[in-house]
Amino acid sequence: MIKFEHVTITYPGAESPTLVDVSFEVPEGELCVVVGVTGSGKSTLLRAVNGLVPRFSGGVLAGSVAINGRSTAELPPRELADVVGVVGQDPAAGFVTDYVEDELAYAMENLGIEPEIMRRRVEDILDLLGLHELRHRPLSSLSGGQQQRVAIGSVLTAGPRVLVLDEPTSALDPAAAEEVLAALTRLVHDLGITVLVAEHRLERVVQYADRIVMIPGNGLPVVVGTPAEVFTRSSVAPPVVELGRLAGWNPLPLSVRDARRLATPLRDHLKTVSLSSFGRPERSGGDVVAVTSGLQASYGPITALRGVDLQFRSGEVVALMGRNGAGKSTLLNHLVGLREPALGAVRVMGSEPHRLSARDVVRVAGLVPQDSGVLLYHDTVGAECGASDRDAGLVPGTTRVVLDRIVPDIDAVTHPRDLSEGQRLGLALSIVLASEPPLLLLDEPTRGLDYGAKQRLVEVLRRLAEDGHAVIIATHDVEVVAAVADRCIVLAEGEVVADGPARDVVVHSPVFAPQVAKVLAPLPLLTVHEVELALAAAGDSSLSWQ
Amino acid sequence: MGTDSAVAVRVQRLLHPGAWWIWALGLSACALRTTNPVLLCLIVAVAGWVVASRKADVPWARSFSSFLRLGAIVIVIRVVFQIVFGLRVSGTTLFSIPELTLPDWAAGVSIGGPVTLESLVAALYQGLRLAAVLACFGAATSLCSPYRMLRALPSVLYEAGVAVTIAFTFAPQAIVASRQVREARRLRGRSDRGIRAWSASALPVLEGALDRAVALAASMDSRGYGRRGGVSPAVRRRSVVLILLGLIALSVGSYGLLDPGAPAFFRLPALAFGAVALVGALVAGGATALRTRYRPDPWVVPEWFVSIAGVIVVLSFAAVSRSGDALQPSTNPLEVPSVPLLAVAGLLVAALPAWIAPQPPTPSATAASVAVAA
Repeated sequence: MIKFEHVTITYPGAESPTLVDVSFEVPEGELCVVVGVTGSGKSTLLRAVNGLVPRFSGGVLAGSVAINGRSTAELPPRELADVVGVVGQDPAAGFVTDYVEDELAYAMENLGIEPEIMRRRVEDILDLLGLHELRHRPLSSLSGGQQQRVAIGSVLTAGPRVLVLDEPTSALDPAAAEEVLAALTRLVHDLGITVLVAEHRLERVVQYADRIVMIPGNGLPVVVGTPAEVFTRSSVAPPVVELGRLAGWNPLPLSVRDARRLATPLRDHLKTVSLSSFGRPERSGGDVVAVTSGLQASYGPITALRGVDLQFRSGEVVALMGRNGAGKSTLLNHLVGLREPALGAVRVMGSEPHRLSARDVVRVAGLVPQDSGVLLYHDTVGAECGASDRDAGLVPGTTRVVLDRIVPDIDAVTHPRDLSEGQRLGLALSIVLASEPPLLLLDEPTRGLDYGAKQRLVEVLRRLAEDGHAVIIATHDVEVVAAVADRCIVLAEGEVVADGPARDVVVHSPVFAPQVAKVLAPLPLLTVHEVELALAAAGDSSLSWQ
Repeated sequence: MGTDSAVAVRVQRLLHPGAWWIWALGLSACALRTTNPVLLCLIVAVAGWVVASRKADVPWARSFSSFLRLGAIVIVIRVVFQIVFGLRVSGTTLFSIPELTLPDWAAGVSIGGPVTLESLVAALYQGLRLAAVLACFGAATSLCSPYRMLRALPSVLYEAGVAVTIAFTFAPQAIVASRQVREARRLRGRSDRGIRAWSASALPVLEGALDRAVALAASMDSRGYGRRGGVSPAVRRRSVVLILLGLIALSVGSYGLLDPGAPAFFRLPALAFGAVALVGALVAGGATALRTRYRPDPWVVPEWFVSIAGVIVVLSFAAVSRSGDALQPSTNPLEVPSVPLLAVAGLLVAALPAWIAPQPPTPSATAASVAVAA
């Protein structure tokens, strides 16, 4: 269905090609996941499927891409709209109309489909994706998961045989991500649509995949195969696969269900091990860095926070979780002084952040916003780092050192807009991290980051916490929470519904539990690393327990 | 369609954009014909009342207040210009500002001098007139979705679609982007006030908005926008030329109708030429166009009521202007403006769409509007 033959893509002004000699084929009716490290060219590959690269991006594509036998060299994206539907990373950026129903019909209107058929297809898609209750809603009033489903529906109505999605769940909370993935598997199973999807959070998609296209980056050849084949060798793998490797399970489990069936001996073996042998030492909590008392906030008629009382201490990493729109970002904005409390008070290091000048705020609290690209406005990465050192009054080069620890090997003359999503986030992160404020806030920091970059981020955050910073991350990424958080706060409709040690909060939650915890429940282990430590404590590094 | 009309009155849906534009153009034509401050304020009030009761809960519907603000700025500028540069009118002198003697080549331009009450009132009326016209356009843009407006246009005109769609989304996106950039500056520890902060943030705001525009264009293209279909390039070119000519003729003609001093040739003949050119373009290009429409907006009873309300208010103003000069109250000598009852009655009719037009769909509305437009 999708056929890449010796495709090499070079962007204008780039020294080396982004993709080198990529050849693979996706047969009809498969769900194919594109994986690779940050910046390896996943988005480029996806956008090349219907010719948006190079037609909208510039650059040169050598080789050939064909969809259902139609070549992108001869046909522009609009002439391929009836064969392939593309949903970008930010679905809202691609909406043309105002209402759900109009958006669904838009592609069909362009294709000149008969009104009666349009009417029927819109109804079908509304039912298929569970959107019928939203049909008359303005697009701007939808939540992230709903927007993503409408975006998928809006390309599906044209009746494409191929659906291409770039990180469809990266902005979604675990429940909304499930919703979208369930819709995708339904399309593959019931309608035989070929789906090509890029995703960093493999733990969410791998269990549904028929085929993996692995882009190793650095000009190495792509690896194509079934998930089990690819993950026996791949450096990027979801936690459940890592656990399978550690335990020597064969075949490698791809879903929690597979793993649980194999895990009984491992669970029995680990039952005797005490928490202290693998868990991080309990922190006795340092000084109070920030306090909110009775904090309330609202956007127009919507109440975002209803009386939030929280304390944050130095040396702890706090994870802020909850649905899209639960008030996480609002709380962070208050802590860094971007918003003034409607009622109640916020104090950071004894002062009210919204009353401080910009220069003073960065010394007490730093925030990496959700759309981290907005922090960057210089021409080159080098200039960006230099400006950051000057703004914060640091020794020249400080920011660059932090950057190399998070995303190594970024050329100093690269324009920030030419970086991949993940690299750009890494740069923004380093700018805020560089001045090492006592209170560090990160809003969805792992969006677009591969496992390696996440691991480096986790190390940086742990080191900062050990140096006495209070770190708060608002995130949907349960694996990162498991790896880094000491304490976990769950918000729902602007209220704190859970606040306690991360292990206690996430282990038994069906939504927030990481894969390892689900496999080993009721044991309170959260990460593969902890399992490793626990095995060592149980007195053997061999596999004698099997 | 006719059997549905009784249902359509009560059901929640968006009114046909054409009806709103006829209504708003009627109101603005009235505003252009008068300087009577009472009538102008009534026009703004009518526009505001209808917008408040019938706008949908979507981003573009929130633009009315910015049009009002723009109108206020226009009034202030008009009055300030009158004080500084305006022609000197005899009458009650309020105060004087120093007069500049200009060289001979600038004869006819005066700066400074005595400022009279009469001149200020006249300037205020003229500013108010522009503000009222702006309010009418603001009402039209907040009452109908730009996308629906485009969709209602004949398919040949749809060519201009990418540009217009992106233009409509550019302003709101630039506002969002500029707020983000301001916050980002603060997060980086830079001052968020002052000219320098603004100029430094202009580039990232533009870049961000442009990026989104390109993303939108890519999305439109990958969903088949602008497919060639069977229309040959020659036919397309011919219809585009005809459309441009027709539109120019139509605007000249409407200007001629509004300005009593325009030559007769610029009135009805220009309008007729424009109409013929547009119909020609539709016949030439429209027949072979590829696009189809999903659930086209119906034109039923409420649409007729709203557009007729727009026509009635124009007729009432025309009648008033024939029977006296109540539409142009004298400012020299200064008089208390009279209030022509016929024009007020016309404006009351123009306010009726606030009740006649169907309620726009609210987010909670589900099955209610399914029955319409079938």
